[in-house]
Amino acid sequence: MIRLAGTAAAPGLASGRLVRLAAVERAARRHGTPEEERAALTTAVAAARDALAALAERNPGEEASGILAFQIELLQEGELPGIAYEAIAKGGTAEAAWQAALEAEIVDYESSTFPYFRARASDLRDLRERVLEALFGSGNEPIPAGAIVAADDLAPSRFLATDWDGGGIVLRRGSATSHVAILARSRGVPMLVGIDTARLNGHREALLDAEEGVLILDPDARERSEFERRRAAHAARLAEEAVHLARDATTASGERVRVLINIAGPDDLAAVDPAHTDGVGLMRTEFMFHGREQLPGEEEQYRAYRRVVEWAQDRPVTIRTLDAGGDKPVPGLTLEGESNPFLGVRGVRLSLRRPEVLGVQLRALARAAVAGPLKIMVPMVTTPDEFARCRALLVHAAAELDAKGIPARRPPLGMMVEVPVAALEIERFDADFYSIGSNDLIQYLNAVSRDAAELAALGRPSSGLWRLIRAICEHGRRTRREVTLCGDLASDPRAVPALLECGLRALSVVPSAIASVKAAVARQETRA
Amino acid sequence: MTQRANGSVVVRHEVGMHARPSVKLTQLAKSFAAKIDLGASADGPWIDAKSIVKVMRTRTPKDAVLHIRAEGADATSAVRALIELIERDFELET
Repeated sequence: MIRLAGTAAAPGLASGRLVRLAAVERAARRHGTPEEERAALTTAVAAARDALAALAERNPGEEASGILAFQIELLQEGELPGIAYEAIAKGGTAEAAWQAALEAEIVDYESSTFPYFRARASDLRDLRERVLEALFGSGNEPIPAGAIVAADDLAPSRFLATDWDGGGIVLRRGSATSHVAILARSRGVPMLVGIDTARLNGHREALLDAEEGVLILDPDARERSEFERRRAAHAARLAEEAVHLARDATTASGERVRVLINIAGPDDLAAVDPAHTDGVGLMRTEFMFHGREQLPGEEEQYRAYRRVVEWAQDRPVTIRTLDAGGDKPVPGLTLEGESNPFLGVRGVRLSLRRPEVLGVQLRALARAAVAGPLKIMVPMVTTPDEFARCRALLVHAAAELDAKGIPARRPPLGMMVEVPVAALEIERFDADFYSIGSNDLIQYLNAVSRDAAELAALGRPSSGLWRLIRAICEHGRRTRREVTLCGDLASDPRAVPALLECGLRALSVVPSAIASVKAAVARQETRA
Repeated sequence: MTQRANGSVVVRHEVGMHARPSVKLTQLAKSFAAKIDLGASADGPWIDAKSIVKVMRTRTPKDAVLHIRAEGADATSAVRALIELIERDFELET
């Protein structure tokens, strides 16, 4: 028995016969005159295009059709065949000319500094093979149903032509951003990458566990039963979570808990059904300020905020004012050369030094609030005075819009609780709501940097943290102010019991954790 | 009458001009008679907006500014339509 470690590119567990895909061997092809070679390539390109179109028809759905549309478009236009025709005119064979044209493009993609573009090289390899197949009239053997397929790389079109039925994929190359990985995730086919496929020689059966990131070859009876136990547990967990995804989160004692989502921008909403959430608990706005020559204007911000409010369909949306600085520098805005940026000019400290930038944001937010229940949250508040100044700026922004006759509303203004001294004396802050930013609160409470891997054990939640959260929730209950927690802690189902125990009834989580957090809430007894 | 038009837009899509947005962009560009070019700067170098191979070769990342110029009878509406498509984030979200 052998265990190989790899990287999960699509989750799940699979077992079955191990099938290694070998490179296709092609018989020789008779070569003709340049005219004949050109005609042969034209026919092969058209045949490949038709085959892709037929495959697209059999595989409707956003992911598959999008990937195939890219390949069809590449064959549709004259650019790549044109390069090959030039080589043929100089006496090259159709296959050599086509391979060379594609190879240059593939090398170019592979040398990109962006992982996304590097991953596209496999789409071009797929295209190269498909045309060669048409040219030689011989292709890949079909992949048997339900197998664990091991290969160097797997072409997206070959993935789509296969009946996976309980099977899985093991690749030497590839990554989680490759098209085949996207397809595998959308079809529920477990997949590992980074496995040394040369070591699979001579093995017949495999257990693939993408949850643990391992491939087990020729398992013994003990290993097999252990795998079955894990597979059953995984299936049970998925089934349990699926049941909870569309439901309101309710504790075992029948208490309602609101589960909202954290997003980094409107793009994160594409895959989320608003009905599965109680709204957006934290929308970050740094995405608009990064990597650009000038700061975003009021109109651009307004449109981005309004899109999220409209998406939420009358559910609350909490948008955080710019939280630049710390680990999120913005050129031309944040200070450079701070020796300790996490304790430096970041969040509201920066915004109050640049009130004109904050003013634009507040105006855009007040305008977007007309579209639905929008709330504004201020990050890194340390003193009551900072918060009062933000409130004054918001009142001013709303008055400015009003004077110009621009439709706007003054949204509720809350604070992110992440500085220990503010958390300790929360009653001094006249905020409309509180949202606990546990990531920074823990780092400042424990004096452990969030990125110090070596100190991970010291950076865990402490009883001191629970005590603070409990006090904030208590203050919220007394003064009828809402308290939410929007740090990573909320997305961890194991932390849910402790958070509920502290009195929290609103958790803002990453979208992928909605179902697992709701399931964890449902398991928990609470005293109303 | 031959028109000339140009404009610029920030690419907001998470991975920039990747495969699917590029397909949509070239397909839209091909629906116009005008010659349409894309450039990373206002002075070029320019590439043909109707070629998926060339559009993908630009490797335009997220937050990059894309310049568009067009020449032909429907140049003005072509530039407007392409900018709108990119601003709508290629309609990838509904």
